[in-house]
Amino acid sequence: MTHLPEMRLLPLHAIAHGRAGDKGNVSNVSLVAYQPEAFPFLKNHVTADKVHKLYTHLGASGVIRYDLPLISAFNFVINDVLDGGVNASRSIDRHGKTLSYILLSRFITDIPTELIPEGSPYLDPNFCWQGF
Amino acid sequence: MELSVYPNQQLLTGLTAQNLHVLIDPMTIEKIKSMSKRVFIAGGAGFSGDRFDAAVPLVTHLANCDGPRYLIFEVLAERTIALAQAAKTMDPQAGYSPYLEAYLRPVIEQIEKHNIKIVSNMGAANPLAAAKHINRLADEFGLPPFKIAVLSGDDLSAYLDEQTLLGAPTMEGNRLAGRDLKAANVYLGGDAVAKALAMDVDIVLVGRTTDSALVLGPLLHEFGWADNDWDKLAAGTICGHLLECGAQVTGAYFADPGFKDVPALAEVGFPVAEVSKSGDFVITKPENTGGCVTTATVTEQLLYEMHDPNNYIVPDVCVDVSGLYLTEDGVNRILVKGIKGRPRPTQLKATVCVDGGFMAEAELSYAGMNSLARAKLAADIVLERMKKSGFNGEIRRDIIGAFSVLDGGNEPVGQENNLPFDGDYRVRLSLISAEHETAQRLCDELQHLYCSGPAAGGGYRSSVTPQMASASILLNRTLIEPHIAVEVIDG
Repeated sequence: MTHLPEMRLLPLHAIAHGRAGDKGNVSNVSLVAYQPEAFPFLKNHVTADKVHKLYTHLGASGVIRYDLPLISAFNFVINDVLDGGVNASRSIDRHGKTLSYILLSRFITDIPTELIPEGSPYLDPNFCWQGF
Repeated sequence: MELSVYPNQQLLTGLTAQNLHVLIDPMTIEKIKSMSKRVFIAGGAGFSGDRFDAAVPLVTHLANCDGPRYLIFEVLAERTIALAQAAKTMDPQAGYSPYLEAYLRPVIEQIEKHNIKIVSNMGAANPLAAAKHINRLADEFGLPPFKIAVLSGDDLSAYLDEQTLLGAPTMEGNRLAGRDLKAANVYLGGDAVAKALAMDVDIVLVGRTTDSALVLGPLLHEFGWADNDWDKLAAGTICGHLLECGAQVTGAYFADPGFKDVPALAEVGFPVAEVSKSGDFVITKPENTGGCVTTATVTEQLLYEMHDPNNYIVPDVCVDVSGLYLTEDGVNRILVKGIKGRPRPTQLKATVCVDGGFMAEAELSYAGMNSLARAKLAADIVLERMKKSGFNGEIRRDIIGAFSVLDGGNEPVGQENNLPFDGDYRVRLSLISAEHETAQRLCDELQHLYCSGPAAGGGYRSSVTPQMASASILLNRTLIEPHIAVEVIDG
């Protein structure tokens, strides 16, 4: 019998974490699976093109994804997204340090619940962010 | 059999350098000791405003480590050196970290007592003055003067003319020609830091090096790795990369309550690396400190400010972390292995800073019924008046609480009805202009709304700050290397 995993519409925040770094006008956002089992799922679904769309309103001109299967992580390099970079930006957040949470919050997709780490509030089927 | 240098694995094999002497002759023991030599490096600060007391537990920890001990302080951001350069122009005794004393005062006695070497870029644009300051501090504590090496060669304005610097093609594509040069510094590597340590000093002060060079330098000095032993140079670089941001590898900048919990962040322990001659290393932190060291914290920091993981370029080597893997080596201990390196680049990167005009930022709050509409009206009024005054540039409008950092100040399309109409919002307007007057006008216009704007605007704050524009250029290393020099201050 084929095992069909239970799916729920959730943000990537349910199964991954990450951090944004800056160099010039380029931001890199890492995406790290809480569980190695989530790596193939993320690899199939979180493409550079889809990530680019999440950052176009900030001026992103292109995204390159690098895969690091040994540490269950990806590195998204997002070009031209920092309003000229830390010394030119008029943003409150000139480094773009908050930008990792665009990927974690706004990439919403059907996620197999078995990829959610133990102890996560997302495991509770009634868990719901206000307005989500 | 591979002789492990890591305690837990030693327990498994039952073999340590100490108990081997019953079996093996002294020559072999020396060899094994040298093989199992570990260098301990602690990261005491990750940026110029990092915690001043963070190094205290590190120094206590290092005092109990059996091997060479180093404490690094990384406090020099890209533009900090340009600001320091400006400070030095005003006062020849200034131009180094204003926090030098704040960082060193709590640990100066212990570093002297336990022979812990300091490697830091606190020197910024004036490492010589910084060195003198340290020895004044030592004198105040009744300590003998430290022997301090000062590394120079990063300041390009000392040996390249302004036209060469401003005329070079920039990596970002922007043009610098015709602008007022503030600073130009090339990133030196770990080899230069090792050269300074070779002078048998207690402290090394550098200006601009790569942050990771503060760690690679001591490792090159202690292990004598060949300058083409690429895998080891790469491992030392990544070790530095993991330490350079202080507690960002030990659970800070990581906590997401309920999802990624971190214990006792108020007392977060800063990182310590235990490095073996093979280049493998463990990242850990002192006992009885907060934070945590896990594969997750190390992974986040590994990729921080990294672009291509297969080709992370520093002056000493091109690093490939695609084969890097992490294993737990006890509680709050992560063993890092599998780092590869390729030959170093022929060119070195430099940051050129020029005058960048002025940035204006002004804010005003609106809250309660219909606050979003009132906040938007306030912004519209200022934008209209700026336009009428002849300003044609771009003004960024954020409404904090509605759309700001994640939205580029733009209202997300289709989200109008999802924002609370009675929220607590703060209008923020900002621009960058070559003219101080224009920047000040934006602030004034928002302030005018106290009496001349929508209902109930409050909490006006503003600032106009001089800006530094920067760009990166590449220079052949042959142009730089003859200028790298070490000066020793002893007393």
